[in-house]
Amino acid sequence: MSALAPVLEALTILIAEDSAADRLLLSTIIRRQGHQVLTASNGVEAVEIFAHERPQLVLMDALMPVMDGFEAARQIKQLAGEALVPVIFLTSLRESEALAQCLDAGGDDFLPKPYNPLILAAKINAMDRLRRLQATVLQQRDLIARHHEHLLHEQRAAKAVFDKVAHSGCINAAPNIRYLQSPYALFNGDLLLAAYTPSGDMHVLLGDFTGHGLPAAIGAMPLAEVFYGMTAKGYGLTQTLREMNAKLKRILPVDMFCCATLLCLSAQRRAVEVWNGGMPEGYVHEVATGRRTPLISRHLPLGVLSAEAFDDSTEVWPMALGDRVFLLSDGVLDTADANDQLFGAARLQQVFAANREPDRLFEDIEQALAAFRGQARDDVSMVEITLLSAPPLRVAEPMYADSGQSSPLDWSVSFEFRAQTLKNYNPLPYLLQLLLEVHGLREQGGALYSVMAELYSNALEHGVLGLDSALKRDAQGFAQYYRQRNERLAHLNSGYVRVHVQVSPTDQGGTMTLRVEDSGSGFDIEKELARPVDADRLSGRGLSLVRQLSSAVGWSDGGRSVCVEFCWEALA
Amino acid sequence: MADIHLDPDVLSGLQDVMEGEYPKLLDTFLDDSQKRIEALRKARDDAKALGRIAHSFKGSSGNLGAVRLAQLCQRLETESVKPSSDLGELVDQIDHEFALVRPLYESERQRFSF
Repeated sequence: MSALAPVLEALTILIAEDSAADRLLLSTIIRRQGHQVLTASNGVEAVEIFAHERPQLVLMDALMPVMDGFEAARQIKQLAGEALVPVIFLTSLRESEALAQCLDAGGDDFLPKPYNPLILAAKINAMDRLRRLQATVLQQRDLIARHHEHLLHEQRAAKAVFDKVAHSGCINAAPNIRYLQSPYALFNGDLLLAAYTPSGDMHVLLGDFTGHGLPAAIGAMPLAEVFYGMTAKGYGLTQTLREMNAKLKRILPVDMFCCATLLCLSAQRRAVEVWNGGMPEGYVHEVATGRRTPLISRHLPLGVLSAEAFDDSTEVWPMALGDRVFLLSDGVLDTADANDQLFGAARLQQVFAANREPDRLFEDIEQALAAFRGQARDDVSMVEITLLSAPPLRVAEPMYADSGQSSPLDWSVSFEFRAQTLKNYNPLPYLLQLLLEVHGLREQGGALYSVMAELYSNALEHGVLGLDSALKRDAQGFAQYYRQRNERLAHLNSGYVRVHVQVSPTDQGGTMTLRVEDSGSGFDIEKELARPVDADRLSGRGLSLVRQLSSAVGWSDGGRSVCVEFCWEALA
Repeated sequence: MADIHLDPDVLSGLQDVMEGEYPKLLDTFLDDSQKRIEALRKARDDAKALGRIAHSFKGSSGNLGAVRLAQLCQRLETESVKPSSDLGELVDQIDHEFALVRPLYESERQRFSF
């Protein structure tokens, strides 16, 4: 016995053999080799013992009464499940057909009679190695499965947190937004945000982070916070873009950045303002003419450039009510077919051209993608926003729950914003924050912001910059107007906009007077006010809005000074 | 082929392997074989049963070094699946061969009786 290979680990081995002498011989040999032995004299016994004792290896006689070794092997393999329980057939069978039958029944090896103890020990050891290998593989597979489950769980948790942040906006509530995003697009780096500004404009961001998984999602959190925070406070696209860029530049590693398109849709101004940094071209779809204006990427993605080098210039396109803006992620264009051909912009244009029902555009695109590739990708994001007439200005939620005693009711303040400031600073969010300290004005926050925004941009554009609103009568002039605006602002080195605020208490509550003056040449007030209100005109809408929203409005100093009044009643 | 009834090398190998269990193995074999001989006699006209018993008997007699007995069992197993072969003649030969080796195993067993 000394010649036998050393036993690695004592196994429990089941011997199923109907001949008592053979059973005794085999049991003794195996016991001497250091293993535990269980014995059965037919197939039924073997299966029963296996079920109860779970031996690690089985030596099985092929021909036995009651149930033969083939059937017993089959049942034992089934009971063993994924674990490898080697079955070695004990046989003096010679015919190859019978040997093949042993293998078909799940046998792993043969041991011919008469028994040779050396070969028996070697076979048991070899089978034990296989058995351990299989156990290791199963263990590692289960470990991987657990890690995978853990990862999915983390993603679900991260997504739940993120959804709270991302969906604090109006993406799901707004009636004019349709979007399509795969549920885990977030983990492919796609990000879609939408929120109303205080004046009822809508800001929309479609972003695409480099990278995948949690790193991409983590970058999305601060971006969403900046987007919602600044939109709610009334910051425009340029300030919001600057802040987002600076924040991402600060927190993201060098090889990570965020391609993004940011929109400001204004039903009141009948226009969309666009900044596109690295995203595929979106489109403004003029429903009346069917024309699609591409929203071309003019910038590097967010998080790449330093604050000094960052370009926040935007483009403005006119929109009529019912016109649509369509944005998409590169997952749409980069969908590849079996031959690595990309779907591409040309095929997308074909889908646009073939589209007969604007409301079915997404479905048409999805169908085209599916037909092209054979299956859908999970990182496709699309969004379409229709310009609807402005929603009623929302009543701002009171931010404090105090009795109103701390509300300042008798004060005034004056500002003068000069050329260098006018170039790149938007004072409106700051002014709004200041005015909302007056509790009585909070309920009118939206109207207040809209009026301030209108008066400020009139003072800046028509007053200081001397732009002619008549230019905005058609789409071409509209673009020209905004080009001129950017040019003149860039070269501005004199001029001012002054803002005077006067808050006074009254018996019933209080009044706030807001006067905006500019350094421009004024305008013919009588003539301007006499013009009829034309709903489809791209210009001149501002004044009627101001008159509609404030308690009183008056011009003086040849149109260079405008004064509006807001009143409120004492809070209950 | 020379007619070896009992291979002494197999017996000494078994004695090495079984050590103290060796006499018990001999007892078990004799007892088991006696039952199989009786079963063979009873099943004289049932070719299928004869084949099955012969297969099993072949295994244990081969393990115990009863070379000729194992050969006869092998022949019976082979013949049992052929139509119209005279199996009774083979059963008689097996019966006869076992009667011959039986005393040899018994005398081997005597060496360890205590």
